[in-house]
Formats: sequence, structure tokens, C-alpha cells
Amino acid sequence: MENKIVIKTDKLTKSFGKFTAVNRITLDVSRGEIFGFLGANGAGKTTAMKMLIGILKPTSGSATIAGFDIYKQTEQIKKNIGYMSQKFSLYQDLTIKENIQLFGGIYGLSDEEINESGNELIEKLNLRNEADKLVESLPLGWKQKLAFSLAILHKPQIVFLDEPTSGVDPITRRQFWDMIYEAANNGITLFVTTHYMDEAEYCNRVCILVDGEIKALNSPAGLKETYKAESMNDVFVMLARSAKRSD
Amino acid sequence: MKSVELINITKKYISKKSITVAVDNASFSVNDREIFGLIGPDGAGKTTIFRILTTLILPDDGTAKIYNLDVVKDWKEIRKILGYMPGQFSLYQDLTVEENLSFFATVFNTTIKENYELVEDIYKQLEPFKNRRAGKLSGGMKQKLALCCALIHKPKILFLDEPTTGVDPVSRKEFWEILKRLKDQGISIVVSTPYMDEATLCDRIALVQTGKILEIETPENIIRKFQKSLFSVRSDKMYALLNDLRSFQKTETCFAFGDSHHVVVEAALDNNELKKYLESIGHTNVIVESIKPSIEDYFMQLTGA
Repeated sequence: MENKIVIKTDKLTKSFGKFTAVNRITLDVSRGEIFGFLGANGAGKTTAMKMLIGILKPTSGSATIAGFDIYKQTEQIKKNIGYMSQKFSLYQDLTIKENIQLFGGIYGLSDEEINESGNELIEKLNLRNEADKLVESLPLGWKQKLAFSLAILHKPQIVFLDEPTSGVDPITRRQFWDMIYEAANNGITLFVTTHYMDEAEYCNRVCILVDGEIKALNSPAGLKETYKAESMNDVFVMLARSAKRSD
Repeated sequence: MKSVELINITKKYISKKSITVAVDNASFSVNDREIFGLIGPDGAGKTTIFRILTTLILPDDGTAKIYNLDVVKDWKEIRKILGYMPGQFSLYQDLTVEENLSFFATVFNTTIKENYELVEDIYKQLEPFKNRRAGKLSGGMKQKLALCCALIHKPKILFLDEPTTGVDPVSRKEFWEILKRLKDQGISIVVSTPYMDEATLCDRIALVQTGKILEIETPENIIRKFQKSLFSVRSDKMYALLNDLRSFQKTETCFAFGDSHHVVVEAALDNNELKKYLESIGHTNVIVESIKPSIEDYFMQLTGA
């Protein structure tokens, strides 16, 4: 199982008319890896991610996610991945328990499994007193921790996180990353976008997208060495400043 | 003259089940032509403070003034001299870029032409898209348009509620350069942000949590208040290192901080001792350095205990 590739893309491309949003991206991500997917607003991250989770058909190129083809096997892909974002994570007008039941049900868990992992999750996040409250009453940071736990409830091989910590306070942001580390330690692969460059440093490898193309792909240490930069922020600014495409 | 005076302001939200004290006896003042930052997590009360200062909601208690005008009595006058960019995109999605800007100019009895020089820098970047509907713009563009609309009536003071949340580092940098230029043109700015690195770009900041103002200081002075010994620690296995540092008896707090972990330890412990300890439990390539705290370190120390 060591070094098993769970995300593989080859010259993956998406065009909208004359506009090439994602241009021939080729990358491999291994099992248990935390992979950072960075880029300026408008660089093509969301479009690429939509293709990888099976909700947008590529124009050309190929990719497999958890071994499934992104053209033909999108339903199998959806069963084997988790997804959360800043914009969509939980149903605000359902309680925490109801959200757990809903997500568990959607991912095809049995009532027994939902109960068991649901209780485990409530204990772990210390939400016993809040379990019957509406999600909208929770602070953002708690919501995001809960959303992440739900995204891995069905024990997916890969989780896609789209700016999961945007606007979250510094302490909760770190607690969130503790959960990411733990998931990676349990063999889950994490594909993460973020605008916090300190978080880019927590990734095993980072890919920087500029104008739809991969401009750099390496470990944070490797990137800093290549670009003779002190921080990932410097690396990012150096590469993203060269963008021709304004968002 | 002060541009903002907030004196013992309290605001509660009451629902059937609970009472939330969103702002709890908060006071601060902002100098003329100053960039003043409200720094704090989601739920700290930042937006409520903004809504009181922009005359959109009434405080339960206390008084607030904008250039000596009272937010309750003089709301009409205040609205003429302030520009407000709310956290949520609030322009007309189905109007074009140009239509939105012209609409806001008209509302304030002016024209785009009249105050063009104030928005020129920003608007030039939007001009290629001026016939695009605002709803179809990307995040960074929406932000720039919202800023233009908040500026078009040449306000004396700008209120910006988390203008850079979700914006990439390059655009954030550009946005702050714009703010700096606006300040140089004589505009006072009150801005909130969850990004601690942006706090250093303000003239003064207020740290806010659960409705209370914890500190008001210049960024440099805030850092000086951090009295504990802080180390940056690295080794080959960063995740194991984080857990080991946290379970170490002499550790007070430990947080991941980019490519190293920041550890606050008992005052008596020096970096060699910590290094030896970590090596004794099997860590390799251990680097322990004594470092200067950042605002983020201080904020976490203040709020995390």
C-alpha cells in the first residue's frame, strides 16, 4: 500500500469556448499525502477541482481518482471521496444530529454505522450539549470542524478541501489542521486549497497554478530552495505575480 | 479631531431561547487619517461594531460618534461622509460594473466623473469588464468594485468589514497598497481582518474577542507585551514533534506555525535543554531557535489560555 497513487492526472484540460481555464495539468498524489493546491483567485483551482470530483467533464486529457476514470466512473468517484468548502459545508437549518444522518445517508452508510460513527464524532468534537441544536447557532470554526468530520464520515480514500479555513480564527485554524494531520496519518489523502501561506507549509507537497498551468510542484522546502525564498508567501508572490490573466 | 469615538457601546441580540451579547461595553477611538484594524475571530462582534458605526443598527447602550456626529441623532449627516463595504458582497448582481458604480454615485448626488481620480487606480483594472454583470465577476474583482462603490462619493472615512477574506496573497497585498494610498489622500480607514499578518499594516489595532476589546495598541507595541520565552522548533517528523512538544511537561502552549512549531515554555528552560530532550525521545535534525513573537503568537496567547 505504500506510495499508492490515488490521484493521477495527465494533461488534464478544460476550456470554456476560447478560454482555457485549466491547461494540461499533470500530477500524482499518493495515499496519505497532504497535497496543497495553490493559486491566485481565477487561476483555475475551482475548475480543476470540479473535474477531479467528477462534476465537470474535462475538454481533454485524462485522470483517475481512487482508481476510477473521471469521464466514465464519476459515480464511483463520488462514493470514494469527501468534499467540503468554505462556501458549502453543512445545512444551517438542520441540527448537528440531523446533518450527521443526512450526510451518512447520502454516502450510503447503514443506520447502525451512522449511529456509531455519529456518536463517536459528537464525543470527539465535544458537541454533546449541542447535538440537538441547529448548525447555524455554532461558531464558524466549530462548523468547519464538524463539516470536515462529516466529509470523512464514510471513510473515503480522498478528501477535497476548498479553502476550509477561510475566515477562521488562528487557534481554530490550527485545531483544524490537527484534524487534517490525523486523517493523513490514518491513510486518507488530502487535497487542499488555501490562501493562508503558513498552511501551505503544512503540506507534504504543494502545486502552484498560474493562469491554468502548473508553475511549480514540490515540497515547501524544495520550493523555497528553488526560488531562494524565505517563506511560501514569497514563493507564491513571486510566481503568481507573473500571471497575465487577471481574475 | 477623532474620526471615530466609541464609548461604552453594548449591543445584545435577543431571541426566544437566548441572549447574545455581541458587543460588551466596548470603547475605542480612531484618529483622523489613520488605518485602524479590528482584529479578531468570527463571532467577536466586529460586524456589529461596523453596523453601529455605519448607522445601520442602534446600540442598546453607550454612544458613538463619527467626526463628532452622533450615530443615533445625526445618521443622515454621517451617511454622507462614510463609505461602507460590508463583509458580504452587497452590490446589485444583475447590474453591470459600470451601472453599479453610476448607481451609487447617483444615490449620493454625484457622478463617476466628479470623483474619478479617487477610484481611478482601482477602476482602471475593472474597466475591461465594465459591461459585465457584477454577479459574474470573480471574488477579487467583486471586492475591487465594492471598494469603488464605497468611495465614489468621496467619503471622509471608510469602513471595510473583512475585505480580504478569501482573497489570494497577491491580491491581498495589492488591496493593502490601495488602502495605504487612500490614507495618503486623507481618508480614515477602519478595517477588520482575520489575517493576523495584515494587522501589522494598520497604524493601530484593537484585538477583539466575544464582544470585548482586549487591547488597543500599535502593532509594534502589542508584540512587546509578549513576555514569555518563545521557541521555533523543527525536526524530521513534524507531526510527531507537535504531539511530543504538547505532551512535554515544561510546555505551556504549542502551535504549528508554517514550517516550524512555536512553543511557549517555562521561563527557566533554554533552547539547548529542549533540543536535548527532543533528541532523547528520538527526534532527528532538531532545530530549536529563540524567536520574536508575531501578532498571531500574541493573539493566541491572549485568547487560547
